[in-house]
Amino acid sequence: MKLRCSLPSVAVDMARDVRLLTTPFDPAQETAAFGKAHPGFGGLCSFVGEVRSDDAVEALELLHYEAMTLAGMTDLADRTIARFGLLGLLIIHRAGVMRPGEPIVLVSAAARHRREAIQAVDFAMDHLKSDSWFWKRELRDGAWTWIEPRAQDHSDLSRWA
Amino acid sequence: MAIRLVFLGKLADLAGTGERELPAPLDWAGLIAALPGPLGEAVQQDRTRVAINGLLLADKATLTAVDGDEVALLPPVSGG
Repeated sequence: MKLRCSLPSVAVDMARDVRLLTTPFDPAQETAAFGKAHPGFGGLCSFVGEVRSDDAVEALELLHYEAMTLAGMTDLADRTIARFGLLGLLIIHRAGVMRPGEPIVLVSAAARHRREAIQAVDFAMDHLKSDSWFWKRELRDGAWTWIEPRAQDHSDLSRWA
Repeated sequence: MAIRLVFLGKLADLAGTGERELPAPLDWAGLIAALPGPLGEAVQQDRTRVAINGLLLADKATLTAVDGDEVALLPPVSGG
């Protein structure tokens, strides 16, 4: 379908790909497809977050709220696209139980120039970490423990005020 | 009909359930009265937010929920 419309919201819709998944995904495959979907970019920057495997964590669970989590991510994507003038933005975030080494989050930004792409990914990640509707708990020695927000997350966020 | 309460994150552990129904209408005082003990204390903490039907309340004390509303209790987030 070809859209002929000059409304900014439509341009944002075409640039934006935001997904909340409850099953594993392949960041390399998604990033490659994203690059192909936005030909003519000058810079493309991607960040992949995985479940760390450097301590006794057996699994990690991310819980979300159906009525708000994806809507909040979509709003964040629109703000990120507008703030950095992006050609395209991809945000994929996992929910559910994940094992060490599994991807949790992927953010890819395509822009005319590199700095906008790099900063957009940094901005989106800071907001996903501390300003999105996710709750995280870890399984250690067979017991689940809720992860409290870190002060660092909030100071990261204040960089963008 | 009633009001559906949704407990997110560790509030679900404190409530012993993810969801619960309360009779309508419901305001902030009624909500606190219905949630005694550690759960009520956690809900009253400044950093716990409240949403109605997916919309965040700027001030949770202004809560006014009617039949069919979904009231979510949201503890501090920890994502990414």
